[in-house]
Amino acid sequence: MAMPETATDALEARLQAAPSGGGAWIRAARAAAEGRLRAMGLPGRRDEYWKYTDPTSLISPEVAPAEALTADEAPVFDGIERLRVVFVDGRLDAAASDPLALEYLEIEPLSQVAEVDIHWAAEVFGQLEARGQDPVARPLAALNTALATEGLVIRAKGVVPRPVSLVYVHERPSSDAMIHHVVRVEPGAELTLLENGPAAARFNKVLEVDVADGGRFHHVRAQGRDHDRQAVTHLFARLGAEALFKSFTLTVNGALTRNEAVVELLGDDAVAHVAGAAAGDGAEHPFHQDDTVFVTHAAERCESRQVFKKVLRNGAVGVFQGKILVRPGAQKTDGYQISQALLLDGDAEFYAKPELEIYADDVKCSHGSTSGGLDPDALFYLRSRGVPEAEAQNMLVLSFLAEALAEIEDPRLREDLEARLEAWLRRRTR
Amino acid sequence: MLEIKNLHVKLEDEDKEILKGVDLVVEDGRVHAIMGPNGSGKSTLSYVLAGREGYEVTEGSVTLDGVDLLSLEPEERAALGLFLAFQYPVEIPGVGNMTFMRTAVNAQRKARGEPELSAAEFLKLVREKAKALKIDADMLKRPVNVGFSGGEKKRNEILQMALLEPKLCILDETDSGLDVDAMRLVAEGVNALRDGKRSFLVITHYQRLLDHIVPDVVHIMANGRIIRTGGPELALEVERHGYADILEEAS
Repeated sequence: MAMPETATDALEARLQAAPSGGGAWIRAARAAAEGRLRAMGLPGRRDEYWKYTDPTSLISPEVAPAEALTADEAPVFDGIERLRVVFVDGRLDAAASDPLALEYLEIEPLSQVAEVDIHWAAEVFGQLEARGQDPVARPLAALNTALATEGLVIRAKGVVPRPVSLVYVHERPSSDAMIHHVVRVEPGAELTLLENGPAAARFNKVLEVDVADGGRFHHVRAQGRDHDRQAVTHLFARLGAEALFKSFTLTVNGALTRNEAVVELLGDDAVAHVAGAAAGDGAEHPFHQDDTVFVTHAAERCESRQVFKKVLRNGAVGVFQGKILVRPGAQKTDGYQISQALLLDGDAEFYAKPELEIYADDVKCSHGSTSGGLDPDALFYLRSRGVPEAEAQNMLVLSFLAEALAEIEDPRLREDLEARLEAWLRRRTR
Repeated sequence: MLEIKNLHVKLEDEDKEILKGVDLVVEDGRVHAIMGPNGSGKSTLSYVLAGREGYEVTEGSVTLDGVDLLSLEPEERAALGLFLAFQYPVEIPGVGNMTFMRTAVNAQRKARGEPELSAAEFLKLVREKAKALKIDADMLKRPVNVGFSGGEKKRNEILQMALLEPKLCILDETDSGLDVDAMRLVAEGVNALRDGKRSFLVITHYQRLLDHIVPDVVHIMANGRIIRTGGPELALEVERHGYADILEEAS
């Protein structure tokens, strides 16, 4: 990306805020990220990877204000026993959080880890992000590595008994938050990570997850219903042999959301599922939601699934860019990708760019993408049984989203998010 | 009582008249069968009665117990006591059969101003009705009609009918795609609902279903009209000679 001068200026202005000091390992990681970022530049509207989503407001010096939504229901995951860590406008709120202690778990604030000279986090922080820059540049993730001072450094050393739950509270109308988490799941260990909340008016988050051989990682997040919030998130994951990785994201509302997931299957027999359900109604507030996924198979007999469903109406926009790359030698790969949009009226939009790139000859890969309205036969069937039209429509919307929600393994978490979606739909049909 | 008077129906987006003046009265407690060759308008009649979109009534009237059906939404007709067992029940992935049926039962109860059933009350009710139709717990848990065999789908329709306790049941080609055993099971389910008050409109191409669900009155429909009405013997005549003779006679 050759940069015109104004873009260079914008980048330099952002980098002015780069933290100085800290331990040797993090100084090195931040400096490397700065170098990467200068080489690639900030994204622009003309970049192919940003064809369907305008990055301008994600990189502008000024943050577009967003009001925090007043909660009218219990917070997500409320009934789930978990270790809660609270961030307010992007800052760790230790007083509002549980003590950072749980069996088989090491969990430390990034701000503390950054002060020491040697730490295991050096093997992951910025490292998976750097790996994810090829073959497609992801400058906003490098920007995050260079600038973020908040986040958690988490290591699972066994089967962690309760989920770690990150709660992102948005208070100030023009908060601009940047958070960077690092997770390592040791061989045979297991961890569930929950995230919920809008975090800030503008949120840039990176989550790097290193799952060692036989490790298991579950990730469920709900991005918060603030209407005008903007978020760009990157999830980088590296999987060893027989590792399991499952990530699900629920997005309802939000002026702009770009969720990137970059997953590398490096050990044989690993399994990676990335899924999402999005629901947007552009009637009163804009809604633009983008899932950009890149899964690389670099070992044998691995399985990957991408399942993304979006329900859109009143000018809401959905984007899916998903790729499966099968490297030479990654035989017996089983790759699946589906992206579907349910367009509830004529002015909702869905842009899909599914891609397969395969360099091994003994693989099974399939992908599909559809967009359409509600099935009139199904609607009539439900109504003929006495179900009122609005309720019948909602049932069919949930039916449409079910395949994505089914990717959440824990039934309590799945039912919680299903109930959120139902409530969201009901509020719109009253 | 269902009263259809001089019903004319055309397709909404095509200038094609399908029903050309249907007159029919189904008294309470009676079973009427409508037979006819393919394309005679039998299924259209069932859809128009249930309120499916895509049809335009150009003339005539339909009332159920004196209430004008044609001005009502499909869900209002259902709450009034009309039930259509579909020829091709629709698959709805991701919605549990049980959830679907409880939603339907409670929506109708609510529309009639009756208290809704709790999950426990409903479960008890379903178990009792499902047993008679040999519908197991697995079929109740699975998504609506997804992966059901032809026979299972039709049994599921009859289960819904049993739960919703309609005044008027319309069975649209319920025998299609069923083997003899499945047909007997479905017919038993229907017969169990005959209580002297509930009425039935059984639409079928073949006589064989009527061996199991014995009608009081048989109508022959052709080219959008009822061309003959008689007793159960009329069905046997069709069975022996086919529709050709009757059609010729009528023309």
